[in-house]
Amino acid sequence: MKILEVNHLKKYYATQKAVDDISFTVEQGSIFGLLGPNGAGKTTLLRMITGIFFPDDGEILLNGKRFDPVDDVTRIGYMPEERGLYKKMKIGEQAIYLARLKGLRKEDATRKVKEWFIKFGMESWWNKKVEDLSKGMSQKLQFVTTVLHEPKLIILDEPFSGLDPVNANLIKDEIYHLAKKGCSIIFSTHRMEQVEEICDHIILMNKGQKILDGGVAEVKQQFKENLFHVGLEETPQHISSALFEVIGQQNGGLLVKINEGYKPNDVLRFFIEQDVNVTAFNEILPSLNDIFIRLVEGTSVSRQFQTLNS
Amino acid sequence: MNKILLIIQREYLTRVRKRSFLLTTILVPLVIIGFYAAIIAVAVSDTSDQETIAVIDEANLFDGGFESDNKESVTYDLIKNETAPSFKKKYHDKGYSALLYIPPININEPKNIQLHSKSAVSLNVKNKIEDEVDKAIERKRLSNENIDPQKYESINSNVTIENTLDSSDGEKKSVEGVAYAVAFAAGILIYMILLIYGSMVMRGVMEEKTNRISEVVISSVKPFQLMMGKIIGIGAVGITQFIIWIILIGLLQFTIPLLFPTLAGQIPQTGPTGVPMSTDSNMIVKITEGLQSIPVGLLLFCFLFYFLGGYLMYASLFAAIGSVSEDQQEAQQLVFPVMMPIILGFVMLTKAIQDPNSGLALFGSLFPLTSPIVMLGRIPFGVPWSELLLSMALLILFFLFCTWLAGRIYRTGILMYGKKGSWKEMMKWAFKRS
Repeated sequence: MKILEVNHLKKYYATQKAVDDISFTVEQGSIFGLLGPNGAGKTTLLRMITGIFFPDDGEILLNGKRFDPVDDVTRIGYMPEERGLYKKMKIGEQAIYLARLKGLRKEDATRKVKEWFIKFGMESWWNKKVEDLSKGMSQKLQFVTTVLHEPKLIILDEPFSGLDPVNANLIKDEIYHLAKKGCSIIFSTHRMEQVEEICDHIILMNKGQKILDGGVAEVKQQFKENLFHVGLEETPQHISSALFEVIGQQNGGLLVKINEGYKPNDVLRFFIEQDVNVTAFNEILPSLNDIFIRLVEGTSVSRQFQTLNS
Repeated sequence: MNKILLIIQREYLTRVRKRSFLLTTILVPLVIIGFYAAIIAVAVSDTSDQETIAVIDEANLFDGGFESDNKESVTYDLIKNETAPSFKKKYHDKGYSALLYIPPININEPKNIQLHSKSAVSLNVKNKIEDEVDKAIERKRLSNENIDPQKYESINSNVTIENTLDSSDGEKKSVEGVAYAVAFAAGILIYMILLIYGSMVMRGVMEEKTNRISEVVISSVKPFQLMMGKIIGIGAVGITQFIIWIILIGLLQFTIPLLFPTLAGQIPQTGPTGVPMSTDSNMIVKITEGLQSIPVGLLLFCFLFYFLGGYLMYASLFAAIGSVSEDQQEAQQLVFPVMMPIILGFVMLTKAIQDPNSGLALFGSLFPLTSPIVMLGRIPFGVPWSELLLSMALLILFFLFCTWLAGRIYRTGILMYGKKGSWKEMMKWAFKRS
C-alpha cells in the first residue's frame, strides 16, 4: 500500500529550480532514503511534503487522498535538519507542548511523553532546560518529539548527526521498530553507509531532479561493473584471457572485471582448467557511495544559480 | 483556533514565570513610589526645620505683632535694645538662623531691608519673610490712609475664571492643568507600551528563528497562527504587568502617610505658600471638578481601543522584522523605520496637548501610525465624534493591512537563513503572488 505519492512536484525560486518535476512513491512500512548532494533540493521537497511550502505545481497524495496541510499534520512527524527547541523551556513541558500542537490532548501527551522518556532513559531530565543538554541529548529529545504523536509518515532529516554510536543505535532500533509497526519513514541524508544499512528504497536527487529511483539491491545491480574477487591459493605467473581483465590484487587473490559477453562461470572454469585452487569467488557490488559519487561527479559541487525564463 | 490558544498560553506562561518578569513587576512600582517618597521627604525635611528669625525693627513695622504663629516653620523674635551692627555678631550664637534688619524706612518706598545669615536661607523661608514684611507694610499703609483693614479685605478682589466647554451633552467645566496631565499620561503610557512590548515581540520572533524551532512548529501550525499567538500572548503579558503595577502603586500609596506621619498636617500648608486654607481646599475641589470634566468612560474606552489597535499593528511590524533578522545588530538596522513613527507620535503628543486643535494634532490623531499616541492626548480636551470615528476606522484598516503584510513577510522570513534581510527584500516577499 502506498502511503505517500508525489506526482510531478515543482517548486521554483526566483533564481533556481529547487524541485523540478519530481515523482516517487513510498510504501507503507518501508524505510525510504532521499539522497542528494548539498543544495539538491531535498529540504525544499521535504518542506512541501510537510506542508510548510506550497508546491508551484504537481500533487501530493497521502493515503491516496490529496494532502491537506491543516488536517494531515497530525499524520506526519518531521525532524528538520536544523534542530530546534526552546532553549529556556523545561524539557518535559516542551515535549508536551509540541505534542499538543500536533493535536494531542494534554493527558495523552503527558502519558506518552513519560513513556518515551522512560524508554530512552530520560526521566531525570524532566525539569531540566534544553540549554543544559548536550547536543546528543537534545537530539534524542528532538526524535521523541517527532514520533510522539504516532505519525504514519515520519520524515527524518539527518537523524544521526551528532549522535554517538550507542545513541545512534538506540534511534536506529527505534526506526526499525516503527517501520515494523507500519510507519513509513523518509530518511534524508548524505551518509551513504547508513542508507545502505537501513533503507529499502532510495531516490537520488541532484539539481532539483530525480536521477535515480529503486530498491537498494536493485540499484546496486544496475550499477555493477562485473567485478569479482577471486581467491587463489597461489597466483599463477601468467594470466591472460579474453574472458576478463585483471584489475588488481586483493587479499591473496585477484580482482577481475569480466568482459562483456562472458559469465562468471566461464571465469571460474578458466581458473579450474589452470589447475589453481580457488578459495573464494564473489561478486563485488558498488557501494551506494560509489554510485552517488559517480552520478553526481562532473556536476559542479555547489549549485550554480540558473536564470529562469518564465 | 485551538492551536493559537496553545501558543498564546505558552508565550504567556513562559514570560510570566520568568524571574525577570517578577522582578520588574515588583520593582517598578517600588521605584516609582520610592521616588515619590523621596520627593516628599525632601519637601518635608525642608519645612520640618524650625527657623527662628531675629528681627530688629527700627521702622516699627511689627508693632502689632507677627502674622504667623508658633506652629509655622518660620517664627520671629522681635529684638529690642540692640543695634543691628552689634547684634549681627551675636544672633547666630543665640540660636537665630537669621537676622532681619529693617531700618527706619519711608513706608511708601521701602528699601534697604536686609536679611543677615551665615548661610543662604532657602527660597521658601525667604518667601515667607518677604510675605510677612509685605503684610506689615500693607497694614501700615492702610492705617496711614485711614482705611479699615476689614473694609479693605472686603474690597479686595481675587477672581478665578473658569473655562466652560460647550458640548452636546451639556456644559462641563474644564481645568486645563488636569486635562493636560491626564492627556500626557495616557499618551506616554501608549508610547511606552508600543516600544517595550513591540520590541519584546521582535526579540521573541528572533529567538524562535535563531533557535531553529520555527520549522518544527510551522510543520504543526500555520506561520500566521504562530505569529499571532506570540503577539497576543505578549500583549496579555503586558496587560497583566500593567494591572499589577496599577494595583501595587495604588496600595503602596497608602504607605506614604505612614512613612511620614507629620505629612498629613503639613501638606496643605507647604503647598501654595502663604495662601490661606480656603483657597487650598478650593484647589482640591477644582481638581475633582477637572477630573469630572474629562470624559472618563470615553477615555478608558479609547485607551483600550488605541492600545489594542496600536499594539497589534506595531507588534506585527516588529514581528516581521524579527523574522528576517538573525542577530540583534541586523534587527537594529531594520527597526528604525518602525521606531520612527512611534517617536514622531510622541513629539506630536507634546505639541497636541499644548494646542489640541492645531492642524498638526489633527493630522497626528488621524494618521494610523501616530494616532494611538496622539489621539489619546487630545481626548481629555474633547474631540469631535467625526474625527474620532474617522481615526478609529483608519486605525482598523491600517491594522488589517499591517498584519496581512507582516504575515506574508514573516512566513518567508522565518525559514530563511543566511540571507540578510532588507526592506526591499521584505517588500518583495510581501507582494509576490503565491
